[in-house]
Amino acid sequence: MASTDFAVQMINVNKWYGEFHVLKDINLNVSVGERIVICGPSGSGKSTMIRCINRLEEHQAGQIIVGGIELTHDLKRIDEVRREVGMCFQHFNLFPHLTVLENCTLALIWVRKMPKKKAEEVAMHYLERVKIPEQMNKFPGQLSGGQQQRVAIARSLCMNPKVMLFDEPTSALDPEMIKEVLDVMVQLAEEGMTMLCVTHEMGFAKLVADRVIFMDAGQVVEENKPEPFFNDPQNDRTKLFLSQILNH
Amino acid sequence: MNEFKPLPNLPPPVATAGVIGWLRANLFPSPFSALLTVLGIYFLYITLVPFLDWAVFSADWFGTDKSACISGGACWAFVTSRIDFFIYGFFPTSEVWRINICFALFVISFAPQFFDAFPYKKNLGIFSLTVFPAISYVLISGGWFGLVEVSTEKWGGLSLTLMLAYVGIVAALPFGVVLALGRRSQLPVIRTFCILFIEWWRGVPLISVLFMSSVMLPLFLPEGMNFDKLLRALIGIIMFQSAYMAEVVRGGLQAIPRGQHEAADALGLGYWKSMLLVILPQALKLVIPGIVNTFIALFKDTTLVLIIGLFEVLASVEAVVRGAQWRGLTFEGYVFVGLCFWVFCFGMSRYSQKLERKLNTGHKR
Ligand SMILES: Nc1ncnc2c1ncn2[C@@H]1O[C@H](COP(=O)(O)OP(=O)(O)O)[C@@H](O)[C@H]1O
Ligand SMILES: [Mg+2]
Repeated sequence: MASTDFAVQMINVNKWYGEFHVLKDINLNVSVGERIVICGPSGSGKSTMIRCINRLEEHQAGQIIVGGIELTHDLKRIDEVRREVGMCFQHFNLFPHLTVLENCTLALIWVRKMPKKKAEEVAMHYLERVKIPEQMNKFPGQLSGGQQQRVAIARSLCMNPKVMLFDEPTSALDPEMIKEVLDVMVQLAEEGMTMLCVTHEMGFAKLVADRVIFMDAGQVVEENKPEPFFNDPQNDRTKLFLSQILNH
Repeated sequence: MNEFKPLPNLPPPVATAGVIGWLRANLFPSPFSALLTVLGIYFLYITLVPFLDWAVFSADWFGTDKSACISGGACWAFVTSRIDFFIYGFFPTSEVWRINICFALFVISFAPQFFDAFPYKKNLGIFSLTVFPAISYVLISGGWFGLVEVSTEKWGGLSLTLMLAYVGIVAALPFGVVLALGRRSQLPVIRTFCILFIEWWRGVPLISVLFMSSVMLPLFLPEGMNFDKLLRALIGIIMFQSAYMAEVVRGGLQAIPRGQHEAADALGLGYWKSMLLVILPQALKLVIPGIVNTFIALFKDTTLVLIIGLFEVLASVEAVVRGAQWRGLTFEGYVFVGLCFWVFCFGMSRYSQKLERKLNTGHKR
């Protein structure tokens, strides 16, 4: 049943926080190389959904299969999945006590068991790709928000993930920094990375998304290709949401 | 065309710079402050001057008994004549060099930590936490490599105080970290054990811990299995202080945002690696003041071992001021002991401030 054609498969996934039913029957198949943008009002469960994919949150019913591996309580499988999946957070979550370079090499050295020299080469390669190799010896606290988020992307890419998850990567940034982060993400998309991206940057969605998913109250309300999604939304809830974020 | 020309740099007005500026800004900025300054100077004058006169200028420094002290000032002669006893306790004089080597190693491995430019600081630090205690133990207790064995009853004075404090500090920190992690564990058995352990040791006074270790414990141990009194006291001190340390460290762990755990998890670091590489370095840095506070308290608490008959520095000094030769010099005795403790505690405090500055990577926003 678990098809390896799909990078991520969610089958009837349900999740509760205590009594609160936060994810309701989520079904989602993401093909290899597909780019998915997830949007929806605050509190609709977007973060919870993508955090289930690398088991930062545990689901209570249904199946989640990542790269052919089903997520269960088996810690070994969780580790395997986390090796395949990179994640970028709204608040970057860089390690403030380590330099930019050390942030990038930490997991290479301690998880991938790579020699330090080699790890630094890999890290520099990705820091160049996000266009901040010159900041390698600074501490995260000395960088701007946009630079920090690009370091966070480089840190994930160093682990050579098959899937990248983004949870509102630009929401904590000042307007003039959003572009530099989106540019990196567009470039990543063009290179064929499988991406699941929670964002309200509709320009980005139109440009790179293969599919846009709209969530509300823990459900997938509507999903479609970007062009029909934006121009001809089917559900009233989607129409309302789009009118709110587009016309202000 | 308008070209930008920076204005020339002028010297600051005299009243705000130099000695006069400093005096004016810090000592006499307003009539009330001026009054406080004058009062402060007067207070220092009426306290410090007589004290210095007593402690330094009219003190007697050398002699073999109380009759040497005639000038009316402090009688330091008892310190200079019994200094060996205060430092080494009853350690055999012929073997004192062994303790001296340990002192020298101690200074060599710690002094460089105060200087930024010194290389090998990290290696020296690791040495001082691992190899140094082992070497010191072998050297001081003897019984190996042809060294005469010196039983722990003979250990005493400042060297015993430092030994207790050092072993206590080196052991209490890792134990405290483990207990703190255990108290935040997801596993109920481990968590409950750590909570009980911490609350038990924090709840009893150290003095009763020491008393139990020396008087009660032997009653419960099987006949013939009587281990060293010093070791028992040391274990008591370590248990007691690691419970305090655990709570200090837990405070630091709680201050680390959830995002740090999540980022480490997402990279696949796993529990131990994410704790050791990501969470603990940040948490410990945050609570350096609390950790050093606990160290200083531990250092001073070592004096309590005198109630179970161990002759650390305070007990040695007391023994001397109670003896016939130097009877009644209690004040000098306590000033001397106080000074000994103050020097080391102040050193720890300075070092922690330096460490805080050094580890500040400017991530506070
Ligand atoms: N750890 C938690 N415990 C309880 N409720 C939570 C927790 N995390 C999130 N929630 C709730 O779950 C809902 C979905 O949260 P989230 O997935 O963060 O929404 P979104 O990312 O779409 O804004 C919200 O109502 C939120 O309050
Ligand atoms: Mg969210």
